[in-house]
Amino acid sequence: MYDLIVIGGGPAGLAAAQSAWEKGLKKILIVERDKELGGILNQCIHNGFGLHHFKEELTGPEYAGRFVKLLSETGVEVRLDTMVLELTPDKRVHMVGKATGYRVEEAKAIVLAMGCRERTRGAISIPGTRPAGIFTAGAAQRYVNMEGWLPGKRVVILGSGDIGLIMARRMTLEGAKVLACVEVMPYSGGLNRNIVQCLQDFDIPLYLSHTVTDIRGRDRVEQVVVSKVDKNRAPIPGTEMVFDCDTLLLSVGLIPENELTRQAGIGMDRRTNGAVVYENMETSIPGVFACGNVCHVHDLVDFVTAESQRAGEAAARYVLEGEAGQEGCLEVKNGDGVTYTVPQRIRPEQVESFCDLFFRVNRVCRNSEILVISGETLIARFQREHLAPGEMERVTLPRVLLDKAQGEITVSVREVEA
Amino acid sequence: MKELICIVCPKGCHLKVDEEKDYAVTGNGCLRGAEYGKAELTNPTRVVTSTVRCEGGTHPRCPVKTDRPVPKGKMMEVMAALEGIALTAPVHVGDTIIENVCGTGVNVVAARNMDKGG
Repeated sequence: MYDLIVIGGGPAGLAAAQSAWEKGLKKILIVERDKELGGILNQCIHNGFGLHHFKEELTGPEYAGRFVKLLSETGVEVRLDTMVLELTPDKRVHMVGKATGYRVEEAKAIVLAMGCRERTRGAISIPGTRPAGIFTAGAAQRYVNMEGWLPGKRVVILGSGDIGLIMARRMTLEGAKVLACVEVMPYSGGLNRNIVQCLQDFDIPLYLSHTVTDIRGRDRVEQVVVSKVDKNRAPIPGTEMVFDCDTLLLSVGLIPENELTRQAGIGMDRRTNGAVVYENMETSIPGVFACGNVCHVHDLVDFVTAESQRAGEAAARYVLEGEAGQEGCLEVKNGDGVTYTVPQRIRPEQVESFCDLFFRVNRVCRNSEILVISGETLIARFQREHLAPGEMERVTLPRVLLDKAQGEITVSVREVEA
Repeated sequence: MKELICIVCPKGCHLKVDEEKDYAVTGNGCLRGAEYGKAELTNPTRVVTSTVRCEGGTHPRCPVKTDRPVPKGKMMEVMAALEGIALTAPVHVGDTIIENVCGTGVNVVAARNMDKGG
């Protein structure tokens, strides 16, 4: 019987296991399906990681390497090349691995840290033929950065999420010609700094309010047709542009990978596509925690680390001190302008002094107020100069303010006159 | 007067830089933005990250980076210098791969450990 089993050995799993160890758990197992720890960081060779956590700019492999090294100095057990097949509500983990075969392991607590996967062509229904040469941006990133293959020479990128922008620069540096980055929304889904240093540095045009309306080619992609869209995101006839290219990269969103979570009967949130969690990242099954991209998709790994440390600490507390009480639990609701919040439930009794609340907005806002309201009572108000859907936002609620709330709190955004 | 978007942090301030007033920056939210605005018009620099061939390791490519930013105009030259490099595992994070790459005074270093294996 393990104290804790962590499912997934990426940045979330590494930080959760490390923190649980530091808080006194002795028998911890990380189960990872790849042949090494580090998860997606191993293929994110660009820099910009760690500014918050390490106060310096690291590449993905360096960031992962630091956590792997810390972990190697603990007694945390790691099982690589091992896939978890099922998690039961009574915390039995079914897994199959090359070295160990089929095993069922039991634990007092579980941390879900499976991360997310990319949306594919099928998920967004692009018309056209089905030739070779269509990749998700992350798959292309793995080919280029880890396996040493260049997936194509003339490239169009659909979606302006950060992975797509990063790959526009990466493919260009490796000698490919990136013809265009196409975004259906009127604003980019990626960080502004990536628009500048990945597109503008290399004169790659960004077409906002455009989408791919046809893919042509029999064996290999030969042409991609791009059209302007109206405000309902419907393509406008007559605006077609044809690009001669051999490759289309898709950077059209990420989906938390929650098959195990659903199968275990854990309560899900349709807005995040992750588990509903309490202030300490605990799911609807006591002693099962979720953190990182499996819970909600983050922009920065530093925030994944911070969230996962909280999950690891909470798992340790659960094992050592027992189940948390449910008194006075608050439901967190989305108000105007807010697409989701994490956590979705807060137990003020469990909040030591502060509770961080993460959320995304549904539009670009300048000079805004973030309002936290319970019933008719204004609990807290925060000012922001700039808010965008592509950037996760955070407010910190002190325990004393949470104690004023009853039943539920609503988070909303209101633009104010400058 | 030149308009820029600051890339120092995710906020993306809209900067205005006045070349005629010693690159005075307005629109910046912090001091780092003023530094960036001036550097971007006088000597823009970037860190280059890429990979090189690696034999006998757990992966066929090893990630590398310049240990400091290089002039933006030298990025493709640095990429060309990486073309012929072939490492042999084991490689340790921080190992110098190329000293003074393209005369920039900056070193290219390994960005991960690459153990022996296949």
